[in-house]
Amino acid sequence: MLGRYNREMTIAVVLGALVVYLGLTQETFLNPQTIANVLTNAAYVAVISVGMTLVILAGQLDISVGSMLAVCGLTAGALARAGIPMPLVVLTSLLLGFAMGALNGSLVAYLGIPSIIVTLAMLTILRGIVLWWTKGYWIMPLPPEWKFLGTTVVLGLPLPVWISWGVVLLSALLVSNTLFGRWIYAVGSNAKAAALAGIDVPRVTFWVFALNGFLVGLGTMIHVTRFSQVQTQEGLGLEFLAITAVVVGGTNIFGGSGTVLGTYLGVLLIVVTSSALTFLGIPATWDQAIRGAFILFAVSMDILRMHVQGRRRFVTGLRTPE
Amino acid sequence: MGKGKNLVHRENRAVRTELRMRVWVPLLWRERVLLGLLVISGIALAFFSDVFLTTTNLLRATRYAAEVGMVALPMTMIIITRGVDLSVASIMALGAMTMGLLWQRGMDIWFAAACGSLVGTLAGFINGLVIAKVRVPPIIVTLATLAIYRGIATGLSGGRGILGFPESFLFLGQGGIGPVPVSTLLWVLLTVLTTVLMARTTVGRTIYAIGHNEPAVRFSGIPVDRILVGLYTLSGFISGLSGIFYAARVATAKSNAAMGYELAVITAVVLGGTSLSGGEGTILGTVLGVLLITLLQNGLTLARVPAAVQDVLIGTVLLVAVLSYGERLIRIRGVRMLVTGRQFRLDHDSKEGRT
Repeated sequence: MLGRYNREMTIAVVLGALVVYLGLTQETFLNPQTIANVLTNAAYVAVISVGMTLVILAGQLDISVGSMLAVCGLTAGALARAGIPMPLVVLTSLLLGFAMGALNGSLVAYLGIPSIIVTLAMLTILRGIVLWWTKGYWIMPLPPEWKFLGTTVVLGLPLPVWISWGVVLLSALLVSNTLFGRWIYAVGSNAKAAALAGIDVPRVTFWVFALNGFLVGLGTMIHVTRFSQVQTQEGLGLEFLAITAVVVGGTNIFGGSGTVLGTYLGVLLIVVTSSALTFLGIPATWDQAIRGAFILFAVSMDILRMHVQGRRRFVTGLRTPE
Repeated sequence: MGKGKNLVHRENRAVRTELRMRVWVPLLWRERVLLGLLVISGIALAFFSDVFLTTTNLLRATRYAAEVGMVALPMTMIIITRGVDLSVASIMALGAMTMGLLWQRGMDIWFAAACGSLVGTLAGFINGLVIAKVRVPPIIVTLATLAIYRGIATGLSGGRGILGFPESFLFLGQGGIGPVPVSTLLWVLLTVLTTVLMARTTVGRTIYAIGHNEPAVRFSGIPVDRILVGLYTLSGFISGLSGIFYAARVATAKSNAAMGYELAVITAVVLGGTSLSGGEGTILGTVLGVLLITLLQNGLTLARVPAAVQDVLIGTVLLVAVLSYGERLIRIRGVRMLVTGRQFRLDHDSKEGRT
């Protein structure tokens, strides 16, 4: 039973050790304000990484999330400036994200173009549209009610944190306790077998992308409403961050295994490490190198462990499962 | 829903793709699509600008094409083995940064440049080692080293750029032999070498075989690991070299050099018809892919189309082209599966007893 959560335990221990170490050596680290900050910074990455987890679990990849975030955020900003009430703005962002995800999903599931190519093209296309439309100008000033969603504090924690926890909880239940969730795993571990077992593989694939788009729309809203302007370069490189979180969280990049909880821990680990650098006085310029080392270390350990356990299936030259 | 017809159609095409073995004989369908696109867009763009269809302009455009194009050559080979190298742009930055830092500390610029490409080679070697020996999937290893190598470049430089390289060095990126840029010449040379390697040598054929069926190649006693390590090392070396040319072109070594080039390179390779599921692809296709993207960017810029719109266009071209190559899932007996010409060819081959 515990074996199933092996990876989560490992990350939790590393994360715990890091937090305890920082807490003991840096007086300011373990105060409520810092903790709230870390959780808030993690919130939107978590929401989007959860969406990415669904996509990766189903054996696909979406590298267009950063561009999707920019489209949603800038549209929301423009609508808010035009005087549209905030609830409607949020709704538009969600629907827009859903629509873009659905477009990705249909191209992958029904036209059968490999997802990396579809989302690579979408990454370029959507970012192009954003730049074309805004000409690189930031969207500001925004109306005062803009920052309601991002900065309201409920029970000591900002709203985005609660929303991200809600998303993590619901998605964890979705993948482990519903039929659709089990279908995602089935499709991701062996699409052919899943199809033979009567699962509508294209439909599952379509819905993971659509859900991912929806979550990007939500993640966007809890992110951009924390600031008083929306920038054009918003979301640049987010796809790498999200994939890193998912992989560090123990999800198999080729689909079929992994958990939402693992992803959330992965996000926390990345965010805590980033702020740890600041506390330890290491220049922020090293942030990226350390983040990369994390992925390599985490995944190598995993695979070496599989070598030791003699699980040859993954090891005998099979880079991608059929 | 017309499954049978589709199948026969695909099988026919698959048989035809066997002709690919002889490189210069009939062009593949996708190469014809690309050539057609090249000619059409060339003619169309010529209407929008007088400068576009001149030798000087086109040669100047190859300067950028060469940097992407050089890196795209080993990338094609790697993708044919079913791998991918996402760290190329980071290696370019690391190579350029190493050169800049060594030069700043008083080393001779050419010696520093050699060290830069050496560091690139080492970076590629590390990729290959982890991929082949620890057996971590290439996409993860290079996703990690994408961050690590660029991170090291950023960390070492503290985010500052290095300027003021000597004229003799800048010649590498700004001058040329006659009107032909140095990097273009090197690109042509490397293209010829890799084409011969892929089509005419055992190693080249083994690279295709690894993409088709790696376990089978291993069981045949071929040193797969050595070939993989070699490929990623080559990718690192050429990326390092390309980074030096990049630094010479923009006259700066900075850690955010060549940002996003990995996507440009992969786009060109995929546009060139190399299948991400391995075993399929040609160097010629990749070169055509690089040329098409460059032509579009250059021509559209001259036609005063904003860069943002160009991105949209290039993304759309990529989608449409790949769709027309027919590498896609089709429904066979109710099962959706990835069907490339190659999988049918394999079936066809095995029927005749010669896999």
